[in-house]
Amino acid sequence: MATTASSAEPAPPDGTPPGGPPEQDAAGLGRRGAALFVVPALVLVALFLVLPAVWTLYLGSTDYRLTGIPAVDPSFVGTDNLTRALGDSGFLRSLWLTLLFVLGSAVIGQAGLGFALAWWMRERTGWLKTTLEALVMLAWILPSSVVAFLWIAFLDRDGGTLNALLHTPGAAWLLDHPMLSIVVYNIWRGTAFSMMLYSAALGNVPASHLETARLAGANGWQLLRDVVLPCVRGHVLTNLLLISLWTFNDFTPFLITAGGPDGASEILPVHIYKTALGNGELGYGAALSFLMLLINLVVAVIYLRLLGRGRRARRRPAADVPAPRGPGAGDAPGRPDDPGEATA
Amino acid sequence: MSTPAHGSALRADQDRAAAPHEAPGGASEGRRAVLRLLRGVGAYVLVALVLAFFALPLLWLAAAPFDRNPGITASLPEFTLRNFERLWHSTDAVHSLASSLVLAVGSAVLVVGCSALAAYALSRVRIRGRDGILYALLLLSSIVTGTAAMVPVFLLAAGLNLVDSYLGVILVLTGGLLPAAIFILKDFMDTTPRSYEESARVFGASPLRVLKDVVVPVVRPGLATVGVWTVAQVWGNFLIPFLLLRSPDKSPAAVVMYTFYTEGGQPDLALISTFSLLYSLPVVLMFLFVSRRYGFRFHGGIKG
Repeated sequence: MATTASSAEPAPPDGTPPGGPPEQDAAGLGRRGAALFVVPALVLVALFLVLPAVWTLYLGSTDYRLTGIPAVDPSFVGTDNLTRALGDSGFLRSLWLTLLFVLGSAVIGQAGLGFALAWWMRERTGWLKTTLEALVMLAWILPSSVVAFLWIAFLDRDGGTLNALLHTPGAAWLLDHPMLSIVVYNIWRGTAFSMMLYSAALGNVPASHLETARLAGANGWQLLRDVVLPCVRGHVLTNLLLISLWTFNDFTPFLITAGGPDGASEILPVHIYKTALGNGELGYGAALSFLMLLINLVVAVIYLRLLGRGRRARRRPAADVPAPRGPGAGDAPGRPDDPGEATA
Repeated sequence: MSTPAHGSALRADQDRAAAPHEAPGGASEGRRAVLRLLRGVGAYVLVALVLAFFALPLLWLAAAPFDRNPGITASLPEFTLRNFERLWHSTDAVHSLASSLVLAVGSAVLVVGCSALAAYALSRVRIRGRDGILYALLLLSSIVTGTAAMVPVFLLAAGLNLVDSYLGVILVLTGGLLPAAIFILKDFMDTTPRSYEESARVFGASPLRVLKDVVVPVVRPGLATVGVWTVAQVWGNFLIPFLLLRSPDKSPAAVVMYTFYTEGGQPDLALISTFSLLYSLPVVLMFLFVSRRYGFRFHGGIKG
C-alpha cells in the first residue's frame, strides 16, 4: 500500500472519481459509501439505545406518571427524585438485596464453581466430563421462562423434587428463603459462562510453565497459585466484571419469585418494574433506572479499560516494541495497522 | 509475563516440595497413598454433587412431557406421546411459537444485514473517529439494558405507535444487539484478505456487489454466528415482548410460558412441560449445530 487515506481533501487530484477510494479501501467504497453502509445500524442504535438512555435522564427529573394529572402535564422536579430515592427504604433495601444477589450468585457462586469445574476438567476426557459439561451448558442455553418454571417446580412446596429428595415435605423454599433460592438458581443458570471462559484461559497457560513447576515438585495448590493464577488474572477480572454486570441486570428472578414475598427478593430490576409500570410512577422509576445506568457505566468502563490494556500488553511482547497507539478499544488484534492519518 | 517474580516463587515451592522426596520412609509412603486415595474419592464425591445439582432441576423437563399424568415431582413417566398431540391442538401454544419465530427471524435478518454493512465499512475504510464510535457503541450496549431502560423504551414505543406490534419488539431488540454484532463481525472482516475485493473491483464490480459476491462467502461463518446468536437472544427474551406486546395472541412463547403458570388456578402440567420442551428444542439444536460446525469460540468483547 503506497498512498494513505486522504482525510483532509475530499477529491484526490490524480483522476480517481470524486470521493475517491483511498488505496487501502479494497472495495472502493469511498468515505461516502462507507458512511452509507454504517447509517442503517447507527440510526437503529441511536433511536433504540442512545435515545432511551438520554430519555431516562430527562424523565428522571420529572414527576411523570402513567395516569392522573402528571401524565398529561409532567412538571420538572430536578433532582428531587434522586434525593427521594436516597431516603426511600424500599429502594435502599432492593439495592442491598441486589448487592447480595450479585456477590452471592455471580462473584462467589458462578465464578467459584466455574473455575472449579474448569480446573477439574482441564486434562480430563471421558463420559463424566462430557455429561457434566453438557448439563452445565444446558442450564445456560435454555430460555429463561423455561428454567424459571423448572425451578418453581423443583422447589415446589407440595410435590417439588427437592422436597421429595430431602424428605422435607411442605418446606416452602420460595417463601421462607426467597433470596437463597434465587441466588442458588442463578448459580445454576450462569456457571457455564465462567466455566467456558476459565477453560479457555487455562488452555492458554503455557504447558512448559506447568511442566517446569511439576518437575520442581509443586503440588496442585502451588501450581494453581504460582503458575496458573498469574497467567489468568486478566481473565478472572474480565469474567467477574461481565457476570456482575449481567447478574445485576437480570430480570429472570421476577419470573420465579416476582420479588416476593413482601419484597423479600425484590432486586433492583424488579423494583424498578414495580415502581414504574406497576405503580405507574414513571418519573421516579426513570430516576431509579438512571442510578442503575450509572452503576452499569462504572462497571463497563472499568471492563473496557482492562480490555484495552490487556490488548496493548499482549501486543507488546510479540512485536518487542511499545504499542504504537492509544487505548485501542476497537482495535482487533492482528489487524495490519493503517499507515497513519492524512498526509496531503 | 513477569518471569523474575515467577521464578522466585517457583523456587520457594521447589524447596518446600523437595523435602518429602528426600525421605522415602515406608510409613509415610503408605500414608501418602491413603491420603491421595481419599482426595481422589473426595473429588469424585464433589463432582457427583455438582452433577446432581445441575441435573436435578432438568429431570422434570425430561420426564414430564412423556408422562400420562405428569405431577410436579420428577418421576419415571408412564410413556405416552399424547401430550404433544394435545399441544398441537392448543392454539395459544402454536400461535406463540409462531410469534417467537417471527420475532427471532425478523431480528436476525435485521441484525445480520445492518451489522454486516456497518462492520464491512468500518473494517475497510478509516472513518474519522471509528475507534471512538466502536468504543461508545460497545459501552452503550452493555449499560443500556432492557431492565435499566424499560421506562423510556415503553414510552418510545408508545410514541412511535409501536406498542403491540412485532416491529416494535424487533426494532428495540435489534438496537440493543447491533453493537456487539458489529464488533464480532468486524473481527471477522479484519482477518479476511483484501486481494479478492481488489481484483473484483478491477473487473468493475460495485461495492455492494463486491460485498455480496466476494466478502459474504468468505465471512459466512461470522454471519452464521451472529445470526444464530441473535435468534438465541430473541427466542429467550422475556422482558421486551412482555412490556410491548399487549394482545395475548401476539405474545411469543417466552411470555405465554409465564402466563401458563401464573394465570388461572391449577396449572396444566402436561401442557406446560410439553410446551417447555418444544420451546427449548430449537435453541438446543442450534447450539449443538454451531458448536459442532464452528466450534465454540469467544469473540470480540468477550475475549479476555
